[in-house]
Amino acid sequence: MNWILALPEIVLAVSGLLILSVGVLTKKGHAFLPSATLSIAAFVVTGFLVALSPGGVGYDGLFVVDAFARFIKLLAIVGGVVAIALSVGYTNEHRELPFEMPILVLFSTLGAMVMASSTNLMTLFVGLELSSLAIYVLCALERDRLGSAEAGLKYFILGSLASGLLLYGVSLVYGYAGTMEYAPIAAEINSAGILPIGLVIGMVFVIVGLAFKLSAVPFHMWTPDVYQGAPTPVTAYMAGAPKFAAFALILRVMAGPFGAMSPRWQLLIEVIAALSMLFGSFAAIPQRNIKRLMAYSSIGHMGYAMMGLAAASPAGTTGTLVYLTTYLIMNAGTFGVITAMRRQGREVTEISDIAGLGRTNPGLALVLAICMFSMIGVPPLAGFFGKFMVFAAAWNAGLYPLIAVGVVSAIVGAFYYLRIVKVAYFDPAAPAFDRPAPSVSFVSIAMGLATVLFLIGLGPISEAAQAAAQALIG
Amino acid sequence: MVQLVFYVFATILVGSAAMVISARNPVHSVLFLILAFFNAAGLFLVAGAEFLAMILVIVYVGAVAVLFLFVVMMLDIDFTKMREGLQRYAPIGGVVGCILFVELVMAGLHWGMSPVMPAPITGGLGQPGGAATNTGALGNLIYTHYILLFQLCGLVLLVAMIGAITLTLRDRPMGRRQIISRQHERKRADTLEMMNLPLGQGTDANGGFIRPNDSYYVTAVPGSYGVPAAEKREPGEGDAE
Repeated sequence: MNWILALPEIVLAVSGLLILSVGVLTKKGHAFLPSATLSIAAFVVTGFLVALSPGGVGYDGLFVVDAFARFIKLLAIVGGVVAIALSVGYTNEHRELPFEMPILVLFSTLGAMVMASSTNLMTLFVGLELSSLAIYVLCALERDRLGSAEAGLKYFILGSLASGLLLYGVSLVYGYAGTMEYAPIAAEINSAGILPIGLVIGMVFVIVGLAFKLSAVPFHMWTPDVYQGAPTPVTAYMAGAPKFAAFALILRVMAGPFGAMSPRWQLLIEVIAALSMLFGSFAAIPQRNIKRLMAYSSIGHMGYAMMGLAAASPAGTTGTLVYLTTYLIMNAGTFGVITAMRRQGREVTEISDIAGLGRTNPGLALVLAICMFSMIGVPPLAGFFGKFMVFAAAWNAGLYPLIAVGVVSAIVGAFYYLRIVKVAYFDPAAPAFDRPAPSVSFVSIAMGLATVLFLIGLGPISEAAQAAAQALIG
Repeated sequence: MVQLVFYVFATILVGSAAMVISARNPVHSVLFLILAFFNAAGLFLVAGAEFLAMILVIVYVGAVAVLFLFVVMMLDIDFTKMREGLQRYAPIGGVVGCILFVELVMAGLHWGMSPVMPAPITGGLGQPGGAATNTGALGNLIYTHYILLFQLCGLVLLVAMIGAITLTLRDRPMGRRQIISRQHERKRADTLEMMNLPLGQGTDANGGFIRPNDSYYVTAVPGSYGVPAAEKREPGEGDAE
C-alpha cells in the first residue's frame, strides 16, 4: 500500500472538509475564529506528519516524497499558518473576512504541497490549479471593495491564461516525449540524438506558465495590482506558499525531466532572473503604497532566488532553497507590520503613514527595520545568507554577468528599503497606529526574532536544503 | 440487423437535428435536441462504445439539454427577432457548409492509418492480460491508476463551489425567512380577534349584496374609485363570446 505516502495531504484535505462543516454549522458571524484556530491546528498536525513521512514514489508514479518535497511542504505550511494568524488580527468591526478564508488558505496550501510532490506533469497541473483557484477567490474576498474585486478578476484572467500556456506546453511535451512522467521524459531526452523542436517549445511554455505564478519578469504585470488590492493577510500568503510551490515545480521540472537540456534553458532562466532583479528594484523606487512596494520587492526577490536555479548545480539549488526560507521569514515579519498599520480600525497602507513609527511604536518600527535590513542583505540578518549562497553558486557556475546585474539591483534595492527605515525613524511623526491585535504582534515579533537569530538555525536549515538538493539532483 | 438499427438511429438523428434548427417553438427545438442526443447515444452503442453512449446521455441530456431548456423557458428571448437575418446569411452559411462537406468527403476518401503509428492496444487498458470493456478499462485507469488525480480534481471543484458561494451569497437583512417553529407555535388567538357586532352595522346595500363600508366592491359603480373611465369595459362588449 503506498497511499500512506500522501498521508499529510489526506489529513489536511479531510480536516479542511471537517472545518468547512464546523464553519457552516456555527452561528453566523462567530465562525471565523473557530475555523482559523482549527485550520492552524490542522496545519500543525500536517507539519508533523510531513516531517515524519516516509520517502518513496507512489500512486503509479504520480506522487513522490523525498527530502526536497518535505522541505518545500514545511515552508508552505509555515506560510499558511502565518497568513491565517495575520487574518485573525485583521478582522475587526470594520473589516471582516468570511470563515471560508482559512479553509481556502488550507486548500491552497494543499495544492502547493501536491505541487511539491509531483513526479508527473498531470499532478503538477492539478496541484497548481487547486492552489491558484483558491487564491483567485481569496483575492476577491472583500468583494465590496473595488480594489479587492479588481485584484481577484485580474489575477483570475491572467492566471487562467498562464494555466492555458502551461497546459499547452505540457501537451507538446507529451506529444513529443510520449509520456508525462518525469523520469521517462528525461530518459526520452537523453536517448534522443537531436531534440525535437516541439519538445523545446513545450518546455519553454512550461517555464512561462510557472514564471507567471512566480511573478517573474516579463510575466509580472498582475503582481502590483493584485498585491495592493487583495486583503493584507492574503497578500502575505501569496508572497509565501504559492511562490515556494511554483519554485518547487520549476526546480523539479528543470532538474528532473529537462535536466539533460540544461544548456538550452539556462540562458532563458538567466534572462528572466536578471530582468526580475532589475525591474523589481527600479520600479519599486517611485511607489507610495507599501503593499505595492512589497509586490515589486517580491518580483526582485524571485529574481535572486532564480539565480541559484540558473546555476544548475546542487549548490545553486541549496542556495535557492535557503533564499526562499529567509524570504518567507522576513516577508512574514514585514506583512505582520503592514497588517498592524491601522488607525481607528481602518487600514492605512501608504508609506507616508509609517512616518515616525520609531517614536509612536518602537517595537513595530524595530521589526520593520530588521526586515528591511534583512531584505537588503545586511549580515548577520537572515537575508544575507540567502543572497550569499545564491551569489556564491552563480560565481562557481561562472555566471558573471548575472552577478553584476544582481549586485547593481541589490544596491538600487537598498535605496528603497532604507527609505522606509528613514521614513519610520526620521520623518515627523504621523498619528499613532492602533494597538495591534495579539496574533499580529506575535507574528511580527516571532519573525523579527527569527530574522535576527537566523544564524543559529542556519546549520540545520542549510543541511536540510542540501539534502533536498541532493534528493532532487542525485 | 445491425445495419437496420444503424439506419433507424441515423435517420431519426438527422431528422431531429434538422428539426432543432427549423422548429418554430424554441422549447420544441430543445426537445428535438434531446431526441438527437439519445439517437447519437444509440449510434455509439451500435459502434460498441458503450461508455461514450452513457456519458452522452448523462452529460448532454441530463445536464446540458436540461440547462438549455431552463434558459429557453426562463429567459425572455425574442426568437423571431433572432431569425430575421436568415435570408441574408443563408448564402454564406451554404458556402461554409459546402466547403465543410467537400473537406469531409476528401478526408473520408483518403482516410488511413499512418505506418509509424503503433498498433492499437487490444485487450484491457492498463490491465495485465484479459480483455476488458471500455467502461472497465476506463474505470481501472481513473479510479485505480489515477485515483490521486481524480480526488484532487474533486477538491478543485469543491474549492470552486466554496468560492462561488463565498463571493456571491449575501446575507440580506431585509429577506423574509421562514422559521418553521415559530409558524407552528402560532395560535389562533394570536392573530384572530372575535368581535361581536350588531347585525347590519357598518354595511351598505350595494347591487343586491350587503358589503362592508369602504370595501373594494363598493367601487363597482363605474368611475367611482380612481379607475380611469377609458379602461372601463363597456357593458355588453364581448359578452357574446
